[in-house]
Amino acid sequence: MLSGIDASPGAGVAVSLRGVSKTYDSGVVALGPIDLDVRKSEFVSLLGPSGCGKSTALRLIAGLSAPTSGAVRVSDSGAGRSIGFVFQEPTLMPWTSVRENVRLPLKLAHVPHSEADARVGEALAQVGLAEFADAYPRELSGGMKMRVSLARALVTDPDILLMDEPFAALDEITRVRLNNDLLALWRKLHKTVVFVTHSVFESVYLSQRVIVMTPRPGRLAAEFRIAAAEPRSEEFRTSVEYAAHCREVSIALARASGEKLAS
Amino acid sequence: MSLLETPPPAAMPAKPGNGNARLVRILLPVIVLAAGVAAWDLVVRINNIPPYVLPGPGAVFSTLVADWPILPQSLLTTLWTTLEGFIAAAFGGIALALLFNQSKWLEHSLLPYAIILQVTPVIAIAPLLLIYLPQQTAVIVCAWIVAFFPVLSNTTLGLNSVDRNLAGLFQLYGASRAQTLRYLKLPAALPYILGGLRIAGGLSLIGAVVAEIAAGSAGAGSGLAYRIAESSYRLNIPRMFAALLLLSAAGIVIYMLLALASHLLLRRWHESALGKEN
Repeated sequence: MLSGIDASPGAGVAVSLRGVSKTYDSGVVALGPIDLDVRKSEFVSLLGPSGCGKSTALRLIAGLSAPTSGAVRVSDSGAGRSIGFVFQEPTLMPWTSVRENVRLPLKLAHVPHSEADARVGEALAQVGLAEFADAYPRELSGGMKMRVSLARALVTDPDILLMDEPFAALDEITRVRLNNDLLALWRKLHKTVVFVTHSVFESVYLSQRVIVMTPRPGRLAAEFRIAAAEPRSEEFRTSVEYAAHCREVSIALARASGEKLAS
Repeated sequence: MSLLETPPPAAMPAKPGNGNARLVRILLPVIVLAAGVAAWDLVVRINNIPPYVLPGPGAVFSTLVADWPILPQSLLTTLWTTLEGFIAAAFGGIALALLFNQSKWLEHSLLPYAIILQVTPVIAIAPLLLIYLPQQTAVIVCAWIVAFFPVLSNTTLGLNSVDRNLAGLFQLYGASRAQTLRYLKLPAALPYILGGLRIAGGLSLIGAVVAEIAAGSAGAGSGLAYRIAESSYRLNIPRMFAALLLLSAAGIVIYMLLALASHLLLRRWHESALGKEN
């Protein structure tokens, strides 16, 4: 199952993909071959239209599926690969409380109860949901469910956070707020983040590096460094610099998707 | 000009409140029951039908009172059999579904026979079972045969309905098979299992009754169904009705108990147990 996945990709690199491709049993080539390096503590976005293999790439990095060819290397912090994964849907267990949902990764790793309690409390506080620990998922709004999902990904204190279009289903206002909170968390915790999205604006706002992918099969088409001053805020979101980056990335995305851009 | 007239406010139906709607839901079946019993009584009286053809409701009721020393004892026997059959069906169905879920080989080799057991009418199997097994065991096995399949198929459906992303999450965190079963598959399957048990409750009563009737005069049983068969031979029709009444009541109570258990277990999270206003 884990064939083609080796530890230690090299100093300073958190995730490394070399000649990685994925072909499904049906014969559909979903991805690659692609080469990709993500540095430690870097925030990278994979941007592309739906069906371009972004999510496949993320699942390969997580070890949830094995590459057809090539090698996936993920840095190892001693106690095995430490990865947090946030899905497109909140993916919470409806039959138990927010607290138990966040505790799940620790329970599966047999972390002692008292220690787990403290870490669950901390993770919930980080996403601003400390008072909702005893609520059930169905009692929460979409944005709050996503926060719970994020808290669950953070509770194991992973080095790498993989996020698969986590805010795609949320309304604009909630999405902007979660974007800001995610950036604040990233600045504070120094995680490596690989963020999959189909929103140009989101990718430019969040990332240090935006990677544009082509559809069917997913390949890397273009790469942009967004060297904006930190910390980013609403000021950046409304700046000329931000608009320029968005335009640049949009053109690259349109070209990668094989469309002609008007004007 | 009458076309333009709006109906007066009094003609508008008043919107019943929540409490009223609830009262109506309880009251309507009771009225239907009362009307049915009254009609039954009337038909018997007007046509002068003798009690050995069709006893009136009064005769049935007085038989129920007069036979009180025998009938509850029989009811208890049948209920006990039903309970044993139900427990066997619940454990057997869930355990078999878990085994099938862990091993496809086992599922492919055994599932066809589970289906054969289900589609063969139990009334046809019961006489055979009574030949090979002691009577009490045969009756329980009958109850089990009828009741285990809905538990098996519902549990299998539930175990296969686990959210794919949640399963991926468990895989990501290196969950063992036992952990995945305990923390993911069983809770996810719980609403389906409870649905299966609700069907199995009524079916195990039917299985017990069928086996008791099949055992009939040959058996030394004393269950309610045996009483019905015995009364039929003696043309004691009022007692047949009284026993039938008790059987129906038992079936209703079993269903209500299982529905209550299901509601209590699911009320915090499952759509089926949530109020409409949520």
